[in-house]
Amino acid sequence: MDVVYLSQLQFAATCMFHWIFVPLTLGLSIMTAWMETKYVRTGDETWLRMTKFWGKLFLINFALGVVTGITMEFQFGLNWAEFSRYVGDIFGAPLAIEATVTFFLESVFIGVWIFGWKKVSKNVHALTIWLAAIGTNLSALWILLANAWMQHPVGFVIRNGRAEMNDFLAVVTNSYGWIKFTHTVLSGYALAAFLIMGISAWHLLKKNEVDFFKRSFRFAAVWGFVASMIVGISGDFHAVEIAKVQPSKFAAMESIWETKKNAEMCLLLVPNVKEECNAFEALRIPGMLSFLAFHDTTAEVKGLKDFPKELRPPVTPTFLSFRLMVGIGTFMILASLAAIFLSRRDRFEDNRLFLAIMVLAIPLPYLAQQLGWIVAELGRQPWVVYGVLKTADAVSKSVTATQVLLSLLGFTILYGILGAIDIFLLVKYAKKGPDSDLSNIIDVQGRR
Amino acid sequence: MDISIFQVIWFVLWGVLWAVYFMLDGFVLGTGFLSGIIAKNDTEKRVLINSIGPVWDGNEVWLLTAGGATFAAFPTTYALMFSNLYSALILLLFALIVRGVSFEFRGKLDGAVWKSSWDKAIIFSSFLPALLFGVAFGNIFKGIPMRNDFVNLQFTYEGGLLGLLNPYGLVTGVLFVLLFAVHGSLYLSLKTVGELSSRSLALANKIWPALLVVAVVFLAFTYPSTKLYDNYLQAPLLLIVPLIAVASLLLIKLFAGKGEKGKAFIFSCLTILFVVFTGVTGLFPNLLPSNLDAASNLTIYNSSSSLITLKLMTVVALIVVPTVIAYKIWVYRIFRAPVTSEEVLADKQAY
Ligand code: HDD
Ligand code: HEM
Ligand code: HEM
Repeated sequence: MDVVYLSQLQFAATCMFHWIFVPLTLGLSIMTAWMETKYVRTGDETWLRMTKFWGKLFLINFALGVVTGITMEFQFGLNWAEFSRYVGDIFGAPLAIEATVTFFLESVFIGVWIFGWKKVSKNVHALTIWLAAIGTNLSALWILLANAWMQHPVGFVIRNGRAEMNDFLAVVTNSYGWIKFTHTVLSGYALAAFLIMGISAWHLLKKNEVDFFKRSFRFAAVWGFVASMIVGISGDFHAVEIAKVQPSKFAAMESIWETKKNAEMCLLLVPNVKEECNAFEALRIPGMLSFLAFHDTTAEVKGLKDFPKELRPPVTPTFLSFRLMVGIGTFMILASLAAIFLSRRDRFEDNRLFLAIMVLAIPLPYLAQQLGWIVAELGRQPWVVYGVLKTADAVSKSVTATQVLLSLLGFTILYGILGAIDIFLLVKYAKKGPDSDLSNIIDVQGRR
Repeated sequence: MDISIFQVIWFVLWGVLWAVYFMLDGFVLGTGFLSGIIAKNDTEKRVLINSIGPVWDGNEVWLLTAGGATFAAFPTTYALMFSNLYSALILLLFALIVRGVSFEFRGKLDGAVWKSSWDKAIIFSSFLPALLFGVAFGNIFKGIPMRNDFVNLQFTYEGGLLGLLNPYGLVTGVLFVLLFAVHGSLYLSLKTVGELSSRSLALANKIWPALLVVAVVFLAFTYPSTKLYDNYLQAPLLLIVPLIAVASLLLIKLFAGKGEKGKAFIFSCLTILFVVFTGVTGLFPNLLPSNLDAASNLTIYNSSSSLITLKLMTVVALIVVPTVIAYKIWVYRIFRAPVTSEEVLADKQAY
């Protein structure tokens, strides 16, 4: 196995592992802040208990988000030295801004939030979780602008043997980045909402703390629906943008081989990469693909055969990941809509089938998250910076295959153990339910 | 303005970010690897962990910022420093990962095996970074075996993991460990009360002589092993930097001996800052020298970003860094009171 392949494997593994924890952090931080604000405004103790219970899960999850993030920050230099040297002038800036502007916000104020219940006033305490949540979401913005630059490089010139920035504004206003930001962050909110609904449904099935979990469920249902809708809409914008700037990825996502005007879409389809065609097509909708790609049923859509073989991404995984993600997204919109209506009813805790479905749905957004990144990153291959730098040219030259193999092995073992412990703890604390006695906090806060 | 001005500004910022990182994470690492010696029972261990609980993550971010600044301002250095020192840095990374989760995980279950495993994890994962950072900086001062051709963009590295464990690198490693040990125990003497506090202070006093000896060895050894003294010989005024480091080191003992913990801690902060400044001043204008030939040195001039990026990052740093410092001071003030065992036992949210 060569260094490029092993480095790709390691990068994908560490990214995807980081990405198990990040979306929940994005969503749960904001939702916890919302709950605490409700408590501060109304004085209703249930909101405080919700803040504490969901906040606890947030923190257990957050810990792994943080430590796996350190890996992310350094592996550009470790494994992708040529990438770092070649595009660092432009790619390093958003990354450094992310670290100075946003990591400080989140890490410092999370510390105050965890340990400051009795040290600062109610209002200041609620403010700290907002600052941490905003920091978290802003960090997503900067890293996604960096990633979007790799997808759709703008604002640079090739000079002095590397890509140099000549227009920072173009990097910051890259529409690819803002679509990505909307899609990704909202998909985090949707994931968190489904997790809250799922855990609440589990407790409702057991008739634990019925009022507490009914309120949590209703709260999350609204978030889940709004977020899923935006995820779907922004996903469509994403596809339109991709058809424009990364036609080879779009062709792979839809598995189209021939360039066509008024292109149709098949809901069921099996690609055959060897023969450069589709082995099976059914449920044809005429003009649909042209419409999806350009919002115009007569527009021309490029097929894979227009690209030389070595410039095509792996078609089957890109295609399947995309279809499955969209399928899950559609399910999430319908399920959260149903959740809003059903949870309005008085005794919805008796609707056991629906609650069971919501429990079983917990892993689906997680799966969609991973699939989304596979579409985005695998679909960009063989480029690491689309049209500018190939992945094979981006790798560190002084690092040997043995070194990467050993570190990959280390990551696998370490992440495997830590991930298992973290999930074990999440399940344990989720099952345990909320603390009943918060009088010590309320007493101290009342005296301020 | 000329690009070289910004290159110098970023060299200074680069040094400051590393120095502040070591000053802040130094006491967290020190607390971590001394926890086995200082704390006698579970409650005391929890007091130690809670004394660093609110701040450790915010302190670690200085490392991310130092790394991020290297990437944005000196991408070629970022690329070659990290890839050439691959194996050592991967070990460092693993240790930092374990350290971060062990604070969070330790208190989440009650079993004795669970807790003692995380206790060991904390000690090991705090000791290893302290040592490795020292070894890495020793090798940065000394230079690493790389050949860089900036015209044809050919970069080769001729070293390995074991080569980093040369005597000078190891001395620097031990220096860092002892610096952080004194720093951490002084921090604990301030942040705890009663017997725990006096035990920490006594430990600081006990370790200090060893630190002094190693510091002298380090300074002497630096002369034959590195070119750090060249800058000082050229501009003797710069000697003020190492002199402040030495004076602070001596003042630590003066105040720690008298039991003035606050002052002793301030001087251990200054010692760490100025030890790093001493090295970095000697390094200028190199960021990572080669010990094969001087033309291969990575300097602020041949590895920096373009003018436009450096200007942009300067504006960002001027706005953000003071803001961060302001709110961090606010946070340290909120948590300035020492942590007591009653408080830890009463609080279910605590680590
Ligand atoms: C869309 C959002 C997003 C994306 C694409 C990434 N991350 Fe991340 N990252 C977060 C969103 C986030 C977060 C939600 O803000 C985390 C999770 C837990 C936390 O502390 O912040 C985080 C943590 C986190 C940390 C630890 C911060 C701390 O100590 O407080 C680092 C160093 C990184 N990330 C770096 C990266 C890098 C270099 C990435 C790209 C390759 C990356 N992350 C992808
Ligand atoms: C700024 C952020 C990112 C950068 C600079 C980046 C860059 C890269 C690089 C250098 C590679 C290796 C070469 C390759 O494409 O194979 C890669 C692949 C990949 N990355 Fe990203 N990436 C980023 C964000 C992410 C994140 C957050 C994820 C989260 C899951 C991710 C998932 C993947 C996947 C799945 C691959 C495909 C691996 C393969 O080729 O088999 N990426 N990306
Ligand atoms: C409802 C229909 C959906 C559509 C049309 C859609 C569309 C897309 C597209 C086109 C991409 C590729 C972006 C690129 O290549 O740069 C993408 C990426 C992604 N999707 Fe979706 N998506 C949908 C649902 C979801 C759902 C439900 C989730 C998770 C809960 C999700 C999470 C992601 C993530 C994390 C990425 C990678 C980041 C990014 O590139 O934005 N998506 N999506």
